[in-house]
Amino acid sequence: MFYRLSGVYHSSLISDSRMFKVPADRNLAVFLLLIGLAAPFILPSLYLNSYILPWLIWTAAALGLNLVTGWAGQLHLGYAAVMAVGAYSAIHTVRLGVPWEIALIIGGLAASVIGSLFAFAALRVKGLYLALTTLAMQFVMDWVLTHSPTISGGSHASLQAPTLALLGQQITSDAGYYYVALGWCVLVTIFMLNLKRTGLGRALVAVREKDFAAAILGVNSFYYKILAFAASSFIAGVSGALLVATFYFLAAPEQFSVNVSIQVLAMVIVGGLGSIIGSYFGVALILLVPGLVNGLVVTASEELGMQVNVETLAHIPNAVYGALIVIILMIEPLGLGKLYGNIRDYLMTWPFDQLRK
Amino acid sequence: MDWVFLSELAINGALTGLLYSLFAIGLVLVYKASSVPNLAQGGLTMVGAYVVLALARDLGMPLWLAIPLAAVVMFGLGFGIERVALRRLAGRPVVMILMLTLGLDIFLRGTTLAISGGTSRSMELGVSYEPLLLGDIFISRIHLVGAGVALALFVAFIVFFRTRTGIKLRAIADDYMASWSVGISVERGVGLSWALASVVAVAAGVIWGEIQGVDQALSLLLLKGLTVAVLGGLDSILGAIVAGIILGVIENVGAEFLDPLVGGGSRELIVAAVLILTVMIRPHGLFGRHDIERV
Repeated sequence: MFYRLSGVYHSSLISDSRMFKVPADRNLAVFLLLIGLAAPFILPSLYLNSYILPWLIWTAAALGLNLVTGWAGQLHLGYAAVMAVGAYSAIHTVRLGVPWEIALIIGGLAASVIGSLFAFAALRVKGLYLALTTLAMQFVMDWVLTHSPTISGGSHASLQAPTLALLGQQITSDAGYYYVALGWCVLVTIFMLNLKRTGLGRALVAVREKDFAAAILGVNSFYYKILAFAASSFIAGVSGALLVATFYFLAAPEQFSVNVSIQVLAMVIVGGLGSIIGSYFGVALILLVPGLVNGLVVTASEELGMQVNVETLAHIPNAVYGALIVIILMIEPLGLGKLYGNIRDYLMTWPFDQLRK
Repeated sequence: MDWVFLSELAINGALTGLLYSLFAIGLVLVYKASSVPNLAQGGLTMVGAYVVLALARDLGMPLWLAIPLAAVVMFGLGFGIERVALRRLAGRPVVMILMLTLGLDIFLRGTTLAISGGTSRSMELGVSYEPLLLGDIFISRIHLVGAGVALALFVAFIVFFRTRTGIKLRAIADDYMASWSVGISVERGVGLSWALASVVAVAAGVIWGEIQGVDQALSLLLLKGLTVAVLGGLDSILGAIVAGIILGVIENVGAEFLDPLVGGGSRELIVAAVLILTVMIRPHGLFGRHDIERV
């Protein structure tokens, strides 16, 4: 009914390799994009800049991690360190007087170079051992950040981000920040949507499924692993830089610590490995729900006239965040993207499917 | 650099290392039985320490009663974790199980702190803070006690793995399917390994809680514990003990030389370097099985 199709039947290669195979999906995407463009006129700027904006940037970052973990199948627990490289190099470049457009690209490239170092671990080991190696590399990067005053401005110090300016325009308004975030997120999403349709995406999937089988098919897993890490690190670097430029306004080592790496991985896995729409859901769940639950607890305790300890309130979001990961993995290990896919597939053939039973 | 100072560093490093082993044994037990990375051990350690404190302070029990009782509680918790969470994901890719244990870790930490607050509390075991003098060498008493507990647990597990139940666990570790087909309850075995890991977490929590206070820093031992477990071989308890001593000595002596060069805080760097080098050079560790898949 919603999709006006009883199943998807392609009769040509062109229709099969479309970005959106079902018209309803395309219409939905266009509709959401329009809402996204209109959001500054609809939503109050508080919601826009403290919820929607980080959501969009984290989604872009999570999509980058999804590229390496979901598509190429390489576990990565050092993603925040790569974001930090991008953020710090972009800020330092801008402080040297380079315009932001170039600085963002330099940040992305610097992150790519460092991020490719992680790939060399992936060439030796995989699975759990890769996760542990990248985790250790994250600790090394953290250490370098906090112990080199030239990069971070000293330990326990933070680095002020210069005012964002793109195409000669200083961006200082809330809507401006939002559009920058939206633009980057849409760009990354389009890239990821297209990745599925290209040889590169298929090669990455082949490497994920079985690397020596891929090698027999002529896919050079060495090359594609490095490529996956480099591309995802580029996305991470630019996302990290934009996060500091439009949301934090200050760069501090704690913003890119191990916990953040775990958080991004949680977003990707809760959203669903290899699922684009899932990354949106996963980020929303991990980023926004713990705060909402905390708000609920506060309201509920005020309603009931109970006195909730301040320390308890401070730690409830963390408990909720952990519980969300566990619960989602228990309900559907393939993540929210899979849940969405199930509903969509059911509705795709909705009135007609029932006749068969 | 004189020899007395160096040996003092080495001995205290080895004792600290044995405390890392205490933590790593929990990881090894679970990995041995089910090939699952138990990244929730940090959270479990914290819960263990808080349960002991809750029994001892809030209910006023003496410590000699509170600690065994906490062990019983944690035994149940470990069984419960396996039954409720881990069993559903059996056979899933390692990335999901890894995330599940990380999620459990975050959940356990968050819940404990939400219930009992984040202020650091002391364990007050009653071990004197006076250092022990061995010739010219100062040795911390609580570290000595902790190392003793680690070695005692090691011996206990060596004995345990020779009992009937222990042999079942070894069979499960060796081959899942084969043990299933001869009638060993694999689920119960894996659950038992989680329960034992949780009991070990009580011991680690009490000792570490005495050393650095009971707060959320207890879960930061994870990197060190992981390094010890990997260096020893993820499925070898003997490996965990030996690797703990090695890592402790390297860390303590190395930090003494490196700290002046890099301006302090080189311990984490050394630990991370040991972990990276181990995985790169010898992923199966010192005593682990050789079936780790290389790319």
